[in-house]
Formats: sequence, structure tokens, C-alpha cells
Amino acid sequence: MKITKEEVQYVADLARLTLSKEEKEVFTTHLNDILMYVDILKSADTMDVEPMSHVVESAEAFRDDVVTPSIGTDAALANAPDHNGSAFRVPRVIE
Amino acid sequence: MEFEPVIGLEVHAQLLTNSKIFCGCSTKFGAPPNSHTCPVCLGMPGVLPVLNRIVVEYAIKMALAVNCTINPLSEWARKNYFYPDLPKGYQITQYAYPLAEHGWVEIETNGETKRIGIARIHMEEDAGKLIHDEKIPVSYVDMNRAGVPLIEIVSEPEIRSPEEGADYLRRLHEILVYLEICDGNMEEGSFRCDANVSLRPKGQESFGTRTELKNMNSFRNVQRALEYEIKRQKYILENGGRVVQETRLWDDAEGATFPMRGKEEAHDYRYFPDPDLPPLVVSSRWVEDIGRTLPELPSEKRKRFIRNYGIPPYDAEVLTSSRALADYFEAVAARCGKSKAASNWVMGDIMGHLKEDKLEMNECPVAAESLGDLIKLIEDGTISGKMAKEVFEEMWRSGKEPAVIIKEKGMEQITDPSALEKVIDDILAAHPTQVEQYKGGKEKVFGFFVGQVMKATKGQANPTMVNDILKEKLGAL
Repeated sequence: MKITKEEVQYVADLARLTLSKEEKEVFTTHLNDILMYVDILKSADTMDVEPMSHVVESAEAFRDDVVTPSIGTDAALANAPDHNGSAFRVPRVIE
Repeated sequence: MEFEPVIGLEVHAQLLTNSKIFCGCSTKFGAPPNSHTCPVCLGMPGVLPVLNRIVVEYAIKMALAVNCTINPLSEWARKNYFYPDLPKGYQITQYAYPLAEHGWVEIETNGETKRIGIARIHMEEDAGKLIHDEKIPVSYVDMNRAGVPLIEIVSEPEIRSPEEGADYLRRLHEILVYLEICDGNMEEGSFRCDANVSLRPKGQESFGTRTELKNMNSFRNVQRALEYEIKRQKYILENGGRVVQETRLWDDAEGATFPMRGKEEAHDYRYFPDPDLPPLVVSSRWVEDIGRTLPELPSEKRKRFIRNYGIPPYDAEVLTSSRALADYFEAVAARCGKSKAASNWVMGDIMGHLKEDKLEMNECPVAAESLGDLIKLIEDGTISGKMAKEVFEEMWRSGKEPAVIIKEKGMEQITDPSALEKVIDDILAAHPTQVEQYKGGKEKVFGFFVGQVMKATKGQANPTMVNDILKEKLGAL
């Protein structure tokens, strides 16, 4: 096994996902299959290949530093489950 | 056992762009909550970030100013964690391939010069702001700051004392402000610092367990927090304990650091390349173009001031503390040609008055050229140093030229020998007793005559000439 049930639970917790016992079994198997496949890929010789993180090699994709209109507070809050008219309201979080 | 502190500092500096890093919303501070937001910075599904070119330019400027190597290819990454101030559930930052690496700044602590290495500089977006309700258990989220551009400057763990830490920060701050890419306001959070601190027995190579310090919003607090944390860790180690690796918050009122609650398990950020942004390619041509726009940096300016103006290192340090102040001094010195006098007036009278009236250098009511003229008027003997102070006060109040004020007030020194001779003749004639005393060897009376001349001329007689003429006349009697 490449990944344990505990590790699956840990990743689910980080992603704020609640998994049932059955789901945990299923995802452990799925993730395990994926990682096994990655092992097969690893066997390819990539010594002379530059690592690639993106399909586009380079792109001049810049904006100029110009202010464009914002959507406004009302529109920003329109879809929020809770707000006070000027800010999103969430359960208290303390650092 | 003697312990040695090992300190590394991470600085977050907000860049002075007009718009955010990945969208066109304004970065202006103090707007009504959530008024500077759009689907991109609110993290709505399906939106795409587009990089602000000026963010990259500013980051390159800083990287060059602190001697970094600029990587021709760098990469954007997602840092994943959940917090209400982070709308997308991840922060766009740079991780495996940052924009710049391997730089250094020179600091001077207690007369000793030392280089502090800079491991890396990368760009990232800021998060929103949380305001906690005082009565009910809710927090309010303002996304105006979400997406404001930041650079993070990470030092090597080469800082060995709280003083060195504070000096390093002052240097970085000074450079950022000189480059005009950050306003440096620590209170508003435009310049923030986190610290990593550990102790090791002196002579040992490997590092001890470190803690991370947050929430220090001034140079002084960084120094105090480091001092406290070093003491705390030393106490633990000397008593056979172990330092726990954790994040601690500085409490200014208590003068101590306390462990931060929660968020600990979230330290697994699962970074991966952001598929929404192509890799950032920076040509050497672009870097060279930016390099040509760099202003003279404070450390070079200091050296030049000492060399070219012959002013003491202390003066040079003070005068180069801001670009506006340095420019002002240079304009005064150029006008009057007397650099030490210019330095004295700028550091004393100008800086004192600015502080008193709570004005910035660019709001100074006395033009540099006018101050230069005033110094010239002292040098050529038109007015005395004492009168100059009076003229200066009037210049500060009215903004008038010194020559105009001197004329209006009739303050010119009397330098016409015949006029002075006349006054002196009258005084000698009016005080025969004192003349006799002087001739009898009582030389102290000389001061009396000088006083009388000054009184008669309302202090406007040129003192050197009065001395000379008096000596001559008394000697001839």
C-alpha cells in the first residue's frame, strides 16, 4: 500500500471533507491506484528533461497597473450567507 | 553554558501599485469595507488572475537593490489553507521557484559592519482583514486588502543579536522607501516582520529548535520580542528543558511572547504550481532596463556625503535617512557652498521645526535655496549668526526670502568703517572714566566698550570690525 487510511483521513481533514467509513475505504484504494501509476511513470528516464510545471512555456500575460471599477460593496456581499451590510459575517475566529 | 542566538527574519512589504496584483481593484488604504473588490479578488468560481506588470518591476527593483540574482524563470504556487480572510482557500504565492535569490545587505551594529544574506525574494497576494466583534462571537471580513501585492524578503539565519535584527530591518525599510515601492508604514501594516529564533551552544554548527514570532509592529518591538524570546529559550535550556517548535505572538502590553492558539495543524500547505498562471519569464533585457532606473541607495549616498561634503559620518547618516531630506541638504549645500553649515542648519533648525509642526520634508515652508542664501548672508558678514536665527524664524512663518526680511527689519550689519568709527568716537568721548581705566591697564573695560557699541547700533555692528577699530582707537589715545 502506498497510502494508509490515516493519511487519507489527514488529507480529508485539511480539505475540510467529512468522509464516511465506506468512502474512506474507496478513496484509499483510488489514491493508492493513482500513486502506483505514478510509480510506473517514475521509471521513465527523464535525466535530460527540464521539469515542467505548466503547459504554456512562457507567455507575456501582463496587465498594466490601471485601476478598473470594482463591483461595489452591495454586489460583493449579495451572495454571502451572512453580512452586516458592509462586511461578511463569519463565526468568530481568533488567532 | 554560553548560548548563541540564531535569528532569521521574514519581511512582508506592501507594494505601492495603483491596482491589485491579479485584478484592477484599487489598493488605496482606508476605503469603506469591501468596496475595492471584484470577482477575482473575492475568489468567485471561474475567474482568472492576470499579473500586474508593475508588481514584477517593483520586486525586481528591490531584488537588485539588495544584490539578488533574478531567476529568468519563476513560478506561481498555491498555498492551501482555510481561513475566513482567504476567499479562495489558497494564497497565490511563489514557492519552489521564487523571483530572486542569494542577495545581501550590509548592516552596521555598534560600529561593526556585517553582511546579512538574503535567501530569497518572492511575490504574493495579501489576504483580507478580520475585525472581531467585541460582544458577540462573530468576526467581520473586509476583502479590500485581499489581492494587494506583497513581496516577502527572507533573510538567511545569519542574524546573531536583537540589535542586528533591528538594524537589518531598518536597512531593508530604508531601501524600500528610497525605491518608492513601499510606503513603509508599520502601523498600517505596509511593512511587517516575522522572526525565527533559536539558540545553540556557542561553537556548535547545527541549529537548535526554533520558534516563530509574529505581531511585532515596530522596530523597537521586534528587538524587544527577540530579547524576550532569547531569554525565555535560554531559561528553558539551562534548566534541562526543551524548546517547543511553535508560533508565538508578541504581546506589547505584557512585554512577552505567548503561544498562538489553533491554526497549528494547518501548517501543511500542500503547495503546488498554480495552473491559472503561466510561469513568469524575466528577460535579462528587462532586468537591465530596471537596473538603470535604480536611484542612488542610502548606503552609497552616505559614503558619498562623507567623501564629497566632508561632513561627519553621523551627519551623513541623519541626512540620508530619507531621500527628500538628502535632496534638500544637497540643494542647500550647493547654494551656499558651505556643507558643514548646511548640515547644521538642516539637522538642527529644519528638522527641529518640521518635528515641532508635525510636517513632512516636502511640506517644509523654507525652500532649500532660501536657506542657502541665509547661510551665505552669515558667511559674508551681512548678518550675525544670532540674527540669522531670528531671520530663520520669520522665513519659517512667512516663507519670505531672507534678504527681504533683513531689509524690512533693518537688520543688516553695519560694515561701513566710517559709520562705525563715528559711533566709537562718540562712545569713547562719553565715557572718559572707562577710557582712563583702560589706559591704566584694566583691559576688561574693552568688553564694556564693545557692549556700548552694540547697544548703540542695536546689535548690528560687525563684531570683528568693532574689535579692530576699538583696539586701534584706544591704542592711539
